[in-house]
Amino acid sequence: MKKLFIAVAAATIGLVSVQAQDKFFTKSGKISFYSKAALENIEAHNKAVTCVLDTRTGALQFAVLMKGFEFEKALMQEHFNENYVESHKFPKADFKGQVINNTEVNYSKDGVYPVKVKGKLTIHGETKDVETAGKIMVKQGKLVADANFNVDLADYKIEIPKIVKDNISKTVNIAIDCSLEPLKG
Amino acid sequence: MLFRKLALLAVTLTWLSLVKAQEEDLLSLVGSDEKPEKQYVDYAFKSSRVIMSHSMELIRPGVMDLRILHRFGNINKGIYEMFGLDNASMRLGFDFGLSKNLMIGIGRSTNKKELDGFFKYRLIHQSHGPGSIPFSLLFVGGSSMTLLKFTDTTRKNYFSSRLGYYGQMILGRKFSESFSLQFMPTVVHRNLVPRPEDPNDVFAAGIATRVKLSKRISLNVDYYYRLNPNPADGTKNPLSVGFDIETGGHVFQLHFTNASGMNEKVFLLETTNDWAKGDIQFGFNISRSFQLKKKK
Repeated sequence: MKKLFIAVAAATIGLVSVQAQDKFFTKSGKISFYSKAALENIEAHNKAVTCVLDTRTGALQFAVLMKGFEFEKALMQEHFNENYVESHKFPKADFKGQVINNTEVNYSKDGVYPVKVKGKLTIHGETKDVETAGKIMVKQGKLVADANFNVDLADYKIEIPKIVKDNISKTVNIAIDCSLEPLKG
Repeated sequence: MLFRKLALLAVTLTWLSLVKAQEEDLLSLVGSDEKPEKQYVDYAFKSSRVIMSHSMELIRPGVMDLRILHRFGNINKGIYEMFGLDNASMRLGFDFGLSKNLMIGIGRSTNKKELDGFFKYRLIHQSHGPGSIPFSLLFVGGSSMTLLKFTDTTRKNYFSSRLGYYGQMILGRKFSESFSLQFMPTVVHRNLVPRPEDPNDVFAAGIATRVKLSKRISLNVDYYYRLNPNPADGTKNPLSVGFDIETGGHVFQLHFTNASGMNEKVFLLETTNDWAKGDIQFGFNISRSFQLKKKK
C-alpha cells in the first residue's frame, strides 16, 4: 500500500516537472477569416494570436484579441468591431480543446501529421463545440499548426442586418496558421 | 481496507486535478497579453461631422469620404412650397484622411456659390490605460470663398471681399458607447461685412453631442452660441438636431435645423431663421466612404 502511494506520488511529481518541456507556444500566430457573398468578399487577418500546445496531453488553446483583425478597408474594420463582434463588450475570442489523436503524433520526429482537434470555441460571448481536421508539422524542434474550418455566424449571435445580407456570408471560413516554439521554464 | 481505498482515491483525484489544472492554465503559462496597455478610444461619432460642425473623429488614412448635403427651405412656408422641398440647396464635398491625426476637405455649396476648404489636426487622442488622457483635442482651420459676381459693378470690389476664415478647437470625450460630448470654441472672420457696425471677427461657443440609440442609429445635436454678434442684424444662433443612420458603406443624416448654409462662415454668421417661429428646415446628408489606398 505504502509502495503504491509512493509510486503514485512520485508519478505526480514527475508529471509536474516533465510537463514544462513539452509545451509549445506563440504570441504571433496567424488567424484569418474569409466571407464570400454575392456583392462583396471580406477578408481579415490577425497576426498576434496566442497559441499553446501541450504535446504530452494534446491540450490546445488559442486566445485572439478581436481588435487585432486587420481589414483592407478601414470602414469594414470599424463596422466589424462596433456592430458585428462588439469588441468593446467581448474583446477576446478563445478556443480550449484537445488534439484527439495526440498519441499518433511523434513530436520528436520531423514530418507532417494529420490531426483531429475538438474543443470549445468562444466568440462574441457564445461558446460552441467545434471539431476540425488539421495538420501539425514538426521540423527541427519547432511546430506549425494548421487548420481550416467553417463557422456559422448565427451560432455566435453575430447578426447580419437584411440590408447587407448580400455583402456578408452566413458562414465564414477560418484559417489557422501558427508557428510554435518550445516554452521554456 | 477502507482507509487504503480512500487514500488511493484521494491521490488519484489529486493527480487528475493536477493534470486538469495544468490544461486549464496553458494560456496563463504563456503570460498572455494581460499587461495593461494604453488603448485609444475611437468611434465617438459615426462621422467626421456631427451635423453642421466638425466632430472629434477623423477620416481614416487612405480613405475618401464623399459628402452630399441637402438643405431644404422652411417647413412653415406651407404646401405651395411643398414644405420647403421646392427650395433646395446643396453642398458637394470630399474629405480625405491623410494620416492618423490629419485630414483635409474641400467642398462647394450652391448657396452663394461658395467654395470651402479646411484641415483638421488631432493634438490629443482620447485613450485609457497607463499614461492616458481622457479627452481628445483637435484644431480645425478653414476658409471659404464666394464665387458670386459682384452686384454693384460701379464701386471698387476687392477679391479679398470674397473670403472668410475660421479657426476652431474641438475638446471632446466619448463618455460611453452611447454618449459623446464635445465643445467647440470658434472664431470666424469675414473680410467684408454687410454694415459698418458689424464685427469682422465673431467668437462662438459650440456644443455638440451624440446619443447612440441602437447599433446603427444615433441622435445628434449641434449648437453654437455667438458671443459678440451685432444684435441689430437679425441673425440667430444655429441649432441642428438629427439622426445618423449607418448602413454598409453609407451614413445617412436626417436633421432639422434653423441654420443657413453648410459651411462655418454662413451658418455661424448668416442664420436668420428662428426655431421659436417655426422657421425650421429639413436637411438630408449622405456620406459614402471609399478606401483609396489599401491598408496592406
